Order: sequence, then C-alpha cells, then structure tokens
Amino acid sequence: MNRYSLDFSPLLGYWDVFLHGALLTLQMTALAVVVGVAVGVLVAFGKGGRKRVLARACTVYIEIVRNTPFLVQIFLFYFGLASFGVRMPTFTAAVLAMIINIAAYAAEIIRAGLEAVPRGQIEAAECLGLSRWRIGWHVMLQPSIEKVYPALTSQFLLMMQASAMASQISAQELTAIANTVQSDTFRSLETYLVVAALYIVLSLFIKGLSALLGRAVFRRSRVVNQAQRPGRRAASVATAGGAA
Amino acid sequence: MTPLETGLFGNFTAVHLAYLFKSIGWTLVLSLLAFALGAVGGFGVMLARISPRRWLRGLAMVYIEGIQGIPLLILLFIVYYGLSLYGYSLPALVAAGLAMMLYVSAYLGDIWRGCIDAMPKPQWEAAECLALTRWQTLRLVIVPQALRLSLPPTVGFLVQIIKMTSLASVIGFVELTRAGQVINNTIFQPFLIFSLVGAFYFVLCYPLSRWSEAMERKLNVAHR
Repeated sequence: MNRYSLDFSPLLGYWDVFLHGALLTLQMTALAVVVGVAVGVLVAFGKGGRKRVLARACTVYIEIVRNTPFLVQIFLFYFGLASFGVRMPTFTAAVLAMIINIAAYAAEIIRAGLEAVPRGQIEAAECLGLSRWRIGWHVMLQPSIEKVYPALTSQFLLMMQASAMASQISAQELTAIANTVQSDTFRSLETYLVVAALYIVLSLFIKGLSALLGRAVFRRSRVVNQAQRPGRRAASVATAGGAA
Repeated sequence: MTPLETGLFGNFTAVHLAYLFKSIGWTLVLSLLAFALGAVGGFGVMLARISPRRWLRGLAMVYIEGIQGIPLLILLFIVYYGLSLYGYSLPALVAAGLAMMLYVSAYLGDIWRGCIDAMPKPQWEAAECLALTRWQTLRLVIVPQALRLSLPPTVGFLVQIIKMTSLASVIGFVELTRAGQVINNTIFQPFLIFSLVGAFYFVLCYPLSRWSEAMERKLNVAHR
C-alpha cells in the first residue's frame, strides 16, 4: 500500500482565492435569505388566507419544493429554462434557485408561527379597530417570526450548505473554487479539508450573527419577558401538571 | 433545437424511462444504507451526548457541530478522495454510504438526544430508586418512551436522506439524478428529464412527509 502524507503547503498561495470563495458563498446566502424570507412571508399568508385557490397554489408550491432535491431544482432551473431560450449567468441562476427553495421552507416555518398566534389576540386587535395590514404586521407576523426565529436560522445554515450545490452548474462559490484549486494543485484531500474548515467557520459566523441580530431586533420582547418572568414562573409551575 | 421544435417528448423513449425507473432502485438502496449506518452511528452519538463523562459529551458536541457545519458535498469529496489517496479504491456506493453515515449520524444523534431530553426527569429518578443501572434505565425505561417521540422527526429526516442521495451523483454513483444527467447528455431535453426526475423524488418523499406530519399532529393532540 502506498503511503500518503497530508501536505498543505501548496495551498498556501491560494489563501486569497479561498477567502474570495467564502465571501461569494456568504453573499449568495445573504441575498437568498433576505429575498427568500420576504417571499416566504407572502406565501405563508397566502397559504393561511381566505382565498381558496391561492392557498391551494401556495401549498402545492411548498410541497413540491420541500419534497424534491435542491440539486434537481437547480438543474431544472438552469438547464431546463435554458432549453426554452431563457439564459442567465450561473450566479443569478443559483441565487434564484436558492430563493425559490428557501422561500418554501421559510413559508412553512412562518406559517407554523402564524398558526400559533392566539385567535383572541387577532379578535382583540380587530375590536381595537386596527387595520388588516397592521394586524398582519404587528399582531401576527412580528410575534410569530420571533417565535420561529431559531428554526429560521437553522434553515439559513442549511441553505448556506446547500449553496455548495451551485458548483454543479459551475456558479462561482467556495466549492466551485475548491474544485478549481484541487485540479491546479492535485492536492484534492487537503483542498477539501481546508474548505470544510472554512464552511465550519462560515456556519459559526452565521450562527453568531443571527444570535446577535435576534437579540437586537427582538429587544422589546426581551424586556417584556424579563419584566414578566417572576410572575410567569409561578404560573408555569401551577400549570405544569396539566401541560405535561 | 428548442423543445417546441422537437415536440415535448422528442427523442425520449421507453428505454430512457426504464433506465430512470431502474435508477430509483439505487436511490433507495443508498437511502437505506445511509439510514441504517447513520442510525447506528447516530445512536452512538446520542449515547455519547448524554454520557455522564464530560469529555465524551464534549467530543460528541464538537462532532455534531463540526459535521453540521460542513456541506454533505464537501464531506463526499473528502471521503471519496481521502480513501482513494490512502490506497483504498472503493466503489462509489461505499464512499457515498460512508460520507452519508457521518452526516446522518450527526443529525440523528442530535434529534434523538432532544427526544431523550424531553423525557421527564422523574422517570430517571424512579428508575434509580428501583436500583436499575444506567444502561437498564435507558434500555427499559427511557428509550422505549422516547422512541414514540422520535418517530415523526426521524421519518421527516428520512425524506432529507432520500433527497441527499442526489448528491452521490457527483462522485459518479448512478442513482436517479445521475441517470437523469446521463440521459440528458445524450438527448438534451433537460426540462422534460429533470421534471421527471423531480416527480420521481416527489413520489418517494411526499408520502413520508405526510406520514411524519400526521404522526406529529397525533402526538401534539395527545399532549394537549
């Protein structure tokens, strides 16, 4: 058996290339997440809304995206549309496919949050004469986003990882760059080990960032929770038997 | 030539369809392999994660965090190239199975740990009062109850596993996605072919998704 020893030195010269790749991955993910969540909110409201046809269409969209592999979605989106004459740069195609994908997952998560809003709160808001839009924004969306925020962030992390599949349509990002570097240096194992480490760093970064963001955005509720804590603890002990 | 010129089905024949059907079998084989290996590994990770030994818990946590931070695609490349560099030339099925075992075990270990944690603490204490050893407590008291809780997320993850197998196409394992690519390379009808491939995945995954949701609803009702 031939002996093989790891040698990372040929990769040293490529550090800026790797960094560039990591930035591209981050950029893609950020773009997809921001637009995807916005679309996801609309789909979530559409699914829970009163218009039957729209709700049905939203359900179909969510189920189709969630039950097919992202890789096939990218292929269908990029090669499939190209065969109809719709051509676009690989980066655009990858980001659009990511938006379509994450919007469905985000919609499902947010819908769960919307359903958890107590009916009485919406009725109370109606009694106070709040407009439909303000009820949707203040009473329904904000508290539910807050509630499902952890689930959303772990979905963002999965999306960041899924962006590696964009390399399969040769969109430039970390994995695609790794493929280039390994064919330049013939150090495939080392290259992918470095990239794996970079992905771990990226996911820790996104985790930390979203935790900070959550703390900044949901500040009001944190204050409210803290103010209520002693009372709530007593209440939760009282109802613990029933809840379990 | 656009699809409009060749007609929707163009050069797509029954032979291609049969080829796609056959490749579904390989997707299922890889899914089952990944699930079986990942379940064994995941159980070990779960045990390590709830171990009374601090270093073992720490190790399991690092493993989970690490693996969950790496895309499966990169893991596949590492296992595939890594093993071949050290002189083991393995069939793509084995390489894909191993990579997916690493990946699946981290997620299943985490999911199952959550289910064990959800068991009420008095269950542990009561078992201790009955002088059950730690292993007996787990085997006879905790795991059987946690199993019911773990079923919906596990079936849900099975859907993820089936979708994940599409990645094995990049190291040349001919499963459903790879079969679609192969056919597409000969007759170039990407829209039709990848729609079909997607539809096949949907048929595999959708019933499992629904089953998982139904079980979860039932559990929630029971808890209310």
